[in-house]
Amino acid sequence: MKLLLLATLNGVTLAALYFIAASGFTIIFGMMRVVNMAHGSLYLVGAYLGHDVASSSGNWFLALAGGAIGAALIGALTHALFLDRYQGQDLRQALVTIGLSIIAADLMLARYGGLSYQFDVPSFLYGSTPMPIIGGYPTFRLALIGFAFAVYAVLWLVVQRTRFGIMIRAGVDDRVMLSALGVNVPLVSTLVFALGACLVGLAGVIGGSALSIAPGEDGRYLLSSLVVVIVGGMGSLGGAAIGALLIGLAEQIGLAYFPTYSIIVSFVIMVAVLAVRPYGLLGRPA
Amino acid sequence: MKERMINMKDVNLKKTLLVIAAKINGKRINMKAVNLKKTLLIITATVTLASHAVAQTSVRIGGLATLDGPFVVLGQEAFRAMELAFEEANYMAGGKKIEWIKESSDGRPDIALAKARKLIEQDKVDVLIGPMSGGEGLSIKEYAKSVPAKTFVNGFSAAQETTLVSPSPNFFRFSPDGAQWQAGLGSYVYDAKGYRNVAVVSGDYSFGYTQVLGFMTEFCAKGGKVREKIWAPNGTKDFSSAIARIPDKVDAVYVMLGGADAVNFLTQYDQSGAKAPLIGGSNLLDQTVLSGKGPFRNRLVGIPSAHMVADGIEDAKYQNYVAKYKKRFPDALSAPSAPFFGYYIATKAVIEAMGQVAGDLGGDQAKFRSALAKVKLDTPAGSVSLDENRQSIANNYVTEVAQRADGVLYNKVVKVVPAVNQTLNQPRDAFVARGVPSRDNPSCP
Repeated sequence: MKLLLLATLNGVTLAALYFIAASGFTIIFGMMRVVNMAHGSLYLVGAYLGHDVASSSGNWFLALAGGAIGAALIGALTHALFLDRYQGQDLRQALVTIGLSIIAADLMLARYGGLSYQFDVPSFLYGSTPMPIIGGYPTFRLALIGFAFAVYAVLWLVVQRTRFGIMIRAGVDDRVMLSALGVNVPLVSTLVFALGACLVGLAGVIGGSALSIAPGEDGRYLLSSLVVVIVGGMGSLGGAAIGALLIGLAEQIGLAYFPTYSIIVSFVIMVAVLAVRPYGLLGRPA
Repeated sequence: MKERMINMKDVNLKKTLLVIAAKINGKRINMKAVNLKKTLLIITATVTLASHAVAQTSVRIGGLATLDGPFVVLGQEAFRAMELAFEEANYMAGGKKIEWIKESSDGRPDIALAKARKLIEQDKVDVLIGPMSGGEGLSIKEYAKSVPAKTFVNGFSAAQETTLVSPSPNFFRFSPDGAQWQAGLGSYVYDAKGYRNVAVVSGDYSFGYTQVLGFMTEFCAKGGKVREKIWAPNGTKDFSSAIARIPDKVDAVYVMLGGADAVNFLTQYDQSGAKAPLIGGSNLLDQTVLSGKGPFRNRLVGIPSAHMVADGIEDAKYQNYVAKYKKRFPDALSAPSAPFFGYYIATKAVIEAMGQVAGDLGGDQAKFRSALAKVKLDTPAGSVSLDENRQSIANNYVTEVAQRADGVLYNKVVKVVPAVNQTLNQPRDAFVARGVPSRDNPSCP
């Protein structure tokens, strides 16, 4: 009983982290149909930049802002310089982002080395919170759930309730018409890309605090984001949430009950979902 | 003199090659490019021939370590170690000049095998020093059997089977294996710490099994019980479910994880509010973890562990070795690491044996190999000799994390176990009969 509860809680908190990382990925895909293979690199860039800010300022919340803003700027630059010119050419954009991710990984290895870094989180988030049955649970992991809800709420409000959100939704449906109505579509695209990068940069600092930052994390979070988004449905925010929950729970319960096979569980889920619903649980044809 | 002249020619040839290459790039003589390529081939062939003429007065030593993958930091240490050992010998061994050829693996056995083949078959090295990790060692040992005229000296890989089960006559290992690295730890925590029931959390691979066997052999013989073994795949970031499986009523938790995995585990263990004290496998408390930053540091002081070297060895010889390292590599780690030690003594042993046979590698290196098998090394961590399987017999150090006055954490030596052999000083037949280490072997629940 205790093990099941713990594994479930672990799954939900891991899902929260996966959701924050995947939300940016799915937004970028929903608006621009760009499969951003450099998504993991933006995660790692955000984490490292956040760590730089944290070690010079000593403030974790500044690190959060620094990681998010830094990744957003780099994301905006990436889009303006490399991706905008290949608008509509999915394969080229995917290849360009793969190339960028390889370059970024080596640059970061040169700058930050192979050691793993961690954040000092504020003391009220560190340590464990007493809970019935299981005794205690790491406070920061509980906070992850709060972060995920906050990200979901803010994104929902931006997309559904603001003028910018209306432009995003219009762009998803008919890009040419939106342009004809006098909206600067390339600028909107760059801003959406920056928003997605900002979210994953944020995820970098949060993930680096919950676990740690090391070379190779870029590939890990790219993979988890891909799986989550493919299961949930490309471009759907609710789908990303459901996909994250499924994958997070499957991974952690697998690790607790059948550790030897835990690695393949998430891929089995992916295969099963694709067999029944090729566009993912909440996805729709492009 | 002869060598110098050839070197001079090499330089000139290189210049010529550069000029030719530049011209090809310049497109002006595109038509002639095909002919030029032929010329290039001929020149290259000539250079290769010339260097083979030199090969008689030199010995080629290949170095195989990991500059890719998860063990990058360790690979850098390995090549630093070889460099220092060569420099101390002025790049001369048994009257021959040392030619050093480096190759990098990423820690995977198939990659290590491909790189070892390249070193032996294309670069024609006489002696190969490496590899870094356990699985790699097993595949290199099997390969060694197919090239009996060459000599292989292990770098840092520490899987037990490599030399215990069907060893290769031309594979030598001067560093102890992963089980030897745990000698003394099991009885120390039983006697001095009073632990009776422990749980094990370990990386799910051959080195992990070997270390757990080394720890449990002593601990279970004393009467201790290992209640639960939790195997986590390498590269696990999220240990929360593994931590959840640790039984409530254990006196301590034995943890065999390294590098980033260790940092992640220690942080999450601390955050989970778990109370049971920790016991460390050999990699849990290395310099990369001790010098790491984060709140988990508070938990480290007092954790017992064991290894073939320890930064807390007070001996003047060891301190001298540390000073040499710091002087030669001021930008490297704060103290030489265990892989540095492994590659360093391996290289030293090769140079020593080469000296004893005056550089004679004739007769398929038979004389050199029998000298190498008898080498007695006086290392900074005590004397090292080989058993009949060409496996190291060496001291082992039981340590406890302590804090220096300036706040630096280090592994303080609490017990030295002298001359540990591969069967942990038990009768060989009985030890081998118990089988190779695995998830379920040994077991004392």
